[in-house]
Amino acid sequence: MIYLGIDTSNSPLAIALAKEDTIIIEETTNLKINHSLTAMPAVEEMMKKAKIAPANLTHIAVAQGPGSYTGVRIGLTIAKTLAWSLKIPLHMVSSLKVLAANGQNFDGIICPLMDARRGTAFMAAYQGETLDSVIADQHSEVKDFILRLKELGRPVLFVGIDVEIHKEVIHEILGEQASFAAPQNRLPRASNLIMLAKQSEEQNVHHAVPEYRRITEAEANYNKAQGGEKS
Amino acid sequence: MSEDIYVLGIETSCDETAASVVKNGIEIISNVVASQIESHKRFGGVVPEIASRHHVEQITLVIEEALKEADMVPAQLSAVAVTEGPGLVGALLIGVNAAKAFAFAHQLPIVGVHHIAGHIYANRLAQEMQFPLLALVISGGHTELVYMNEHGHFDVIGETRDDAAGEAYDKVARTLNLPYPGGPHIDRLAHESNKPVDFPRVWLEEGSYDFSFSGLKSSVLNYMHNAAQRGDQVEPADVAAGFQNSVVEVVTAKTLRAAEQYKVKQVIAAGGVAANKGLRASLEKAFAEKGTPFFIPPLSLCTDNAAMIAAAGTIMYEKGIRGNMAMNGRPGMEMDSWI
Repeated sequence: MIYLGIDTSNSPLAIALAKEDTIIIEETTNLKINHSLTAMPAVEEMMKKAKIAPANLTHIAVAQGPGSYTGVRIGLTIAKTLAWSLKIPLHMVSSLKVLAANGQNFDGIICPLMDARRGTAFMAAYQGETLDSVIADQHSEVKDFILRLKELGRPVLFVGIDVEIHKEVIHEILGEQASFAAPQNRLPRASNLIMLAKQSEEQNVHHAVPEYRRITEAEANYNKAQGGEKS
Repeated sequence: MSEDIYVLGIETSCDETAASVVKNGIEIISNVVASQIESHKRFGGVVPEIASRHHVEQITLVIEEALKEADMVPAQLSAVAVTEGPGLVGALLIGVNAAKAFAFAHQLPIVGVHHIAGHIYANRLAQEMQFPLLALVISGGHTELVYMNEHGHFDVIGETRDDAAGEAYDKVARTLNLPYPGGPHIDRLAHESNKPVDFPRVWLEEGSYDFSFSGLKSSVLNYMHNAAQRGDQVEPADVAAGFQNSVVEVVTAKTLRAAEQYKVKQVIAAGGVAANKGLRASLEKAFAEKGTPFFIPPLSLCTDNAAMIAAAGTIMYEKGIRGNMAMNGRPGMEMDSWI
């Protein structure tokens, strides 16, 4: 069993190879370089280093979003095309859950966060070693989501590189209730992605699409206009 | 005898997800196009983010269908050709990354094709090209005159300085309340008019092969606006005919003049607007009078498709051009020669 894991859902690029339960290589790059340019060369290089040919792969794991629309699409397009081409199973895991795995041992609520501009973010709340969902993945006003976390009345660990952007509002609302993952635990790790993928169901490759968790601006405006006409 | 070359083409530069297998650059083995027009219609034009989302949904299905229709397995392919640019960046990325993943999985060479070169090479799928030739590329995103003295050589001798012809068609159609895409509707209406409105012809400076359609588009908008202010009834067919006459006259005259100056053996047209009946008739008549062979491929090859990308990619492959895993979508890609 050889798994290839790919996470391109935010600016870091995370890839890994696992043989049975052993992680052979994992690589995370936090350089904000276009994934379209770097993802495939990184995969090619990593597999060459591990002396694994494409035909040796048995499973593909990919972070399915939410996150950067373009980023998620690049990873998913690569993953589904590889899985379909090689006729091997495709597994998809929430990009937020992959981040949350960095805080797996935290005694409290784990809140992964990816900034989505204008005071909003993709956020979720997980807990425990099995990463049970407390609040589902969603696109939310950061402030509103933090107020919901406050109501839970438990310590919250924030994970993700974009946590820095919202540190102030988190502190303001949660005070001592909030803590932040150390720098080395803020980046997504494709090893976590693979371990989570192993517990997930195989996907229909052709129908695999990103979980955007947000409709497009054009559709939102269109729906608004339609609603306006009716009233 | 040399071996046959089979190239898988992939095209996702705008709102069509397409894949095709072409043999030796001239014979279509399969040609699959999944159009998104229906989903963009309600927005009155292509919404880039929605186009990208659809491409992800369709990409592996379309490639699989192209191989199935061709009754081929990946091991029989010689190479993968994909549209590298120009186009919508988010849309291009899907085709490029799918092509790279497919090529990597099957250890096949990959070539990145310029979308306009693809449109030009659509002609070769219907009839062999004769050099030197002049290509008129006219679509929703492009209006260009390209001179070629051999395979893989491109000299852009004229291009639009503002809107593409098809873009002007869509904008004029919108002011006439015609549905998207507007080109075919204007073309149809234009044939119903008895007294076309006289709109200006934009020739630019003497000897130029460049085009400009934004001034003409403004004239149409002003005409509509003034008529509305005066409370005059506007006959849409007369506006459509007046607009189309202006476009057709300028495009025909410049293409004709370029063909004479460059002494070409053949003139070919490509792109969605090349399917316009008014333009087609005018070009056919003009070149028939001159005695220069003129050719337009069938409609299915004028609009975006992947067979044209495979056809152009075959020539690149034969010339030894190769891409690699670092290939990226290039929205503003220039049309460089391959030699």
